Amino acid sequence: MKKPRLFGRTALTILAAVFALLFLLPTVLTITNSFMTQSEITANYGQVFATVKQGTSYIADTINLKFIPDKVSFSQYITVLFRSPDYLLKFWNSVILVVPIVILQLIIASVAAYGFTRWRGKVSDVIFFSYVILMLMPYQVTLVPNYLVSDWLGILNTRWAIILPGAFAPFSVFLLTKFMRRIPNSLIEAAKLDGSSEFQIFKNICLPQCRSALYSIAILVFIDYWNMVEQPLILLPDASQQPLSVYLSTINSGEIGIAFAIAVIYMIPGLLLFLHGEEYLVEGIAHSGSVKG
Amino acid sequence: MEKTKSKPARRIRPLRRAFDRSNDAIRNVMHASCFLGPSFLGVLVFFIVPFGVVVYYSFIKGPMDASFAGLANYESVLTNGAFHTAVKNTLVFTGIAVPLAVVLSLVLALMLECRIPLKSQFRTFFLSPMVVPIASIILVWQVLFHSNGVVNEFLANFGVEKIDWLKSDFCKVVIVVLFEWKNLGYFMILFMAALNNIPRTLLEVADVEGASALHKFFKIKLRYLSPTVLFVTILAIINSFKVFREIYLLTGDYPYTGLYMMQHFMNNMFNKNLDYQRLSAAAVILALGMVVLIAILFAVENWFGKDVEG
Repeated sequence: MKKPRLFGRTALTILAAVFALLFLLPTVLTITNSFMTQSEITANYGQVFATVKQGTSYIADTINLKFIPDKVSFSQYITVLFRSPDYLLKFWNSVILVVPIVILQLIIASVAAYGFTRWRGKVSDVIFFSYVILMLMPYQVTLVPNYLVSDWLGILNTRWAIILPGAFAPFSVFLLTKFMRRIPNSLIEAAKLDGSSEFQIFKNICLPQCRSALYSIAILVFIDYWNMVEQPLILLPDASQQPLSVYLSTINSGEIGIAFAIAVIYMIPGLLLFLHGEEYLVEGIAHSGSVKG
Repeated sequence: MEKTKSKPARRIRPLRRAFDRSNDAIRNVMHASCFLGPSFLGVLVFFIVPFGVVVYYSFIKGPMDASFAGLANYESVLTNGAFHTAVKNTLVFTGIAVPLAVVLSLVLALMLECRIPLKSQFRTFFLSPMVVPIASIILVWQVLFHSNGVVNEFLANFGVEKIDWLKSDFCKVVIVVLFEWKNLGYFMILFMAALNNIPRTLLEVADVEGASALHKFFKIKLRYLSPTVLFVTILAIINSFKVFREIYLLTGDYPYTGLYMMQHFMNNMFNKNLDYQRLSAAAVILALGMVVLIAILFAVENWFGKDVEG
C-alpha cells in the first residue's frame, strides 16, 4: 500500500514544481534581465523590437533568452531613476490615480457595508442586488456611462474621470458587506444597550473587526487599478497624465535597454503588498467565494 | 425594522407604542440613508442614471434629432461586420479560456490538497502572477512568442515549423496562455476555500465504505463545489472580457484580426466619431447578453446542486 502512494506523491510534487516554474518564469526573467547592460539586451532581443537601429550595435540572429546576465549592472536603473524623469513621472501618475481610488473606495464602501449589514429590508436588498449586477458588468458596458457623466461634469480628460467612478465601484461594498454580516449581532446589540450611537458602533465595533478584510480589499483594489489600461485610454487620452501601465506598451518602440528596469519598478508595489499581506489576500479571496451568501 | 421587537417588553399603552414604533422606523430610515447614501448616490450618478441615458440614446436617431429611431441603432450594430468579428473572437476566446481556467485551477487546488511538501510555497508561487501588472511582463511575452522567439526555438526541436504567434491563427493561444497565467491563482484560492468547507464526516464515511478517490471526487466533492464552479465561471467570463488589456499591451491599437475584441470595437467608436447612438446600442446589447448568460449559469447551478445544503 505504501509504495504507490509515495510514487503518486512524488509525481504530484514534480507536477507542482513544473507549474510553479511556469508561473514564476515571466516575473523572474523580467527581474534578472533588468540587471543586464543595454548592449546585452540589444544583442539578445534586438530582433523582437524591430525599431532598434540596425548597424549601431550587434544584434544576434536568434533570440537568446537568458536568465543570468553576463555582467550584473545597474545601468538600466540608473538611467531610469536619474536620467529620464519621464518614466518616474508616469509612475507618479499611476500613484496619484490609484491611491485616491483605494482610499476613497474603502471609506465609502465600509460605510455602505455597515448600512447593508444593519438595515436589511426590501429596499436595501434591491439596492444590494443592483450592486452585484453592476459588479458583474464588463468595462465595455460601464465605460459608456462613465464617459457620459465625465462629459457632463466637465471632468473628461482629467484624473477625476477615473478616480470618481473608481471610488464608487461596488466591488468592495459587496465584499465588505459579506465580512460585516459575520460579526455577531449580539456585539452590536450590546453596544446599543450601552447607549452607543450608530456611528460609534460602526467606528468602535465593526471597523476593528474588519481590519484584515479592509487590508485584503485594499490589496485587491490596488492591484486591479494598478493594472488598468481601458479607463485611461478612453477617459484620459492626455498622454502626459496617463499611468505607466499604458505607457509601458509603447516602450518597445524605443528604449528597450531600460524597459526591463521600468517593468520591474512598476511591479514592485504590488509584489511588496503581496509579500506582506499574502495571508490577508488569500483570506479575502476565499471570502469572496460565494455570490449568494 | 423587525429588530425593535427584541427590546425588553414594557407595559405601555398601544397608542404610545405605535408612536414609538413609527418614530423608530423613521430613525431607522434616517440612519440607513446616512450610511447607504454616499455610496448609492455615487453609484446612481456614475452608473445607473447614465446607463438609463445610454438606453435612451440607443433608441433615438442622433444627438440633434431626438426622435424615436426604433431598433435602427441596434440593427446597425448587429449587422456591422466589425461587430461580428469582435463578438466571434470574444466568444471563441471565452469558450476556450474559461473552461480551461476552471479545470486547471481546480486541478491546482486539488494538487495542493494532497500531502505534498512545500505546500504554502507552491500556493505563493501560483498566486504571484496575480499581483504582477500585465504591462510589466509583456516584454517577456514578446521575447517568448516572437517568430524567432524562444517558444519557436523549443518547438523546432520537435520539427515544428516557425509560427508567427501574434500574426496568425495561433494568436489566441498566446493570449489564452497569458490569461491562464494571470488568473489561475485567484481561482485556485476560491476552490481551495470551497474544498475546505466540505464536511469532513461525509468524506470519512466514504473512506470507511471504501470509496475510491475518483468516486469521492465526482460524487461528493464536485457536488459541494458546484457553487464555486459557478462563481469561478462567472469571474472567468468577466475577466475574459477584460482581455483587451493584454491584447492592447502586446499588439497596440491594430491587432491581427483574430484578436479584434469587443473593446477594440468600442474604442474605435469612441476615438473616431464618438457615435453615441451605436455605442449605446452596443453597450445595451452587451449588458443584456451578460445578464442572460449569468441567469443561465445560475439556473444550471441551481439544478445541479439542488440536493446539497449549505
